Amino acid sequence: MRRKPLLRRLAPWLVIAGLFIVWEGACRALKVPEFVLPVPSQIFGVLVSRWDALLPHATQTLLTTVAGFVGGVIVGTLIGIAIGSSRIVYEAMYPLLVGFYSIPKVAIVPILVIWFGSGTIPAVITSLVICIFPVTVNVATGLATTEPELEDVLRALGASKSDILWGVGIPRSMPYLFASLKIAVTVAFVGTVISETVAANRGIGNMMMIASSNIDVPLVFAGLFLLAFMGIALYASFAFLEHRMTGWAMRKNEFSV
Amino acid sequence: MTGAFVRLEDVDLIYEAGEGEGTLALQQASLAIGKGEFAAIVGPSGCGKSTILKLVSGLLKPVKGRVEVAGSAVSGPVKMAGMAFQNPTLLPWLRAIDNVLVPLKIVPPYREQFRQKRAEYEARARALFKVVGLAGFEERHPWQLSGGMQQRASLCRALIHEPQMLLLDEPFGALDAFTREDLWATLQDVWMMRRPTVILVTHDLREAAYLADRIFVMSARPGRVLAAHEVPFPRPRTLDMTFHQDFVDLNHALRKEISEARDEALA
Repeated sequence: MRRKPLLRRLAPWLVIAGLFIVWEGACRALKVPEFVLPVPSQIFGVLVSRWDALLPHATQTLLTTVAGFVGGVIVGTLIGIAIGSSRIVYEAMYPLLVGFYSIPKVAIVPILVIWFGSGTIPAVITSLVICIFPVTVNVATGLATTEPELEDVLRALGASKSDILWGVGIPRSMPYLFASLKIAVTVAFVGTVISETVAANRGIGNMMMIASSNIDVPLVFAGLFLLAFMGIALYASFAFLEHRMTGWAMRKNEFSV
Repeated sequence: MTGAFVRLEDVDLIYEAGEGEGTLALQQASLAIGKGEFAAIVGPSGCGKSTILKLVSGLLKPVKGRVEVAGSAVSGPVKMAGMAFQNPTLLPWLRAIDNVLVPLKIVPPYREQFRQKRAEYEARARALFKVVGLAGFEERHPWQLSGGMQQRASLCRALIHEPQMLLLDEPFGALDAFTREDLWATLQDVWMMRRPTVILVTHDLREAAYLADRIFVMSARPGRVLAAHEVPFPRPRTLDMTFHQDFVDLNHALRKEISEARDEALA
């Protein structure tokens, strides 16, 4: 694979650095008070000076998110295979799925707290639930795009439904699955933090709630930075995996990682 | 013909289109094709040519009438047909050679022995690549091949399990004229080597006359078989032959029949 030119590799870092410089400069020039909008240098200062206190919260949020994400991907893939390979399951399940996905996830947290108590479990379930829909829709779409002629070729050879599913349907839907993983891994953080904010005593969501009630705005922003950083890291690892596993689908795509 | 390998008897087929009556695609279609014969089916567009292939392969069931292959009635997928379409439908994540090996992972007895005999099967696929003029491209992915090469690979996939029956649905329809004529010769070579029973659906009358032993002409929808023409030219046929007077006359006769069938349907 040809290496990207230097400028293209540096471009995302330059944009982030530029944003921070403009932010820092504007805040200093306009003398924005720190309890409204702290400057990036101060936020990084908090990240370093209070790292020991932040680390357990970050670990808690990361593990919760990954657990919910893994569960959500498994459930989402299974539902996706079911509705993508059977017309009747598709028609039966779709309205329910859409209805379920339309419920704001923050609204189910209190119910989960009643069932499981506050803490890690509601957070895992919230992020799990939020991951299901994008994965399901993408896997089902991938399965549905199998060319009918190809299916005819295989069926005329005596291929069974499961031959076609494993040989064609599932590989064909891999690019769709990976596209959905990148969405799911970012929304999984949303699910975790929502739940931690409402009902938990650990995790970045909880820490940010406490910090904001103490008007410790730099610490709130430090939490946001940590979330963004973890989101980017997970997104990038799935983008990398995607490139390794489904490169055949991206041959013309100059925009892949 | 009593020793027919493929036989349709008074077959009706209706495509259900949700509510209502559906489309009558075939009405009392009958034909018989001998073992090892190369048959072509031509006719106005939408006359049910491709439907006949689906009936013969067992992918569709007739509403009325009887479909027989190799002496027994077809009641489900026939499990021994090689098929190729206008769209090469190769799997983009597999190399050309792995695409060609796909049928061997499905059809018994190869299916059970695939793991042990993989090397042997690969050698067989490579030999086939040579026959169709694709040697050296085994390791490429489909998107690294031209349309003509993809169609050659698709043909290899249809042939790898040495099927007794080859069903081709306008396989060369999307190719340029030169590539198409090359592939006619290739297909003729393969057929002469192995003698499978072939049904070729095409709208190219030159193609039909070049390749087939017999050409069936179909009416407009609902499709029926109007006539069968023996093609008398000796094998192997050459492109030069397609410019001889006899050949041109046969083409004209076919064209006339088809346009009459069309006009009748419109009247």
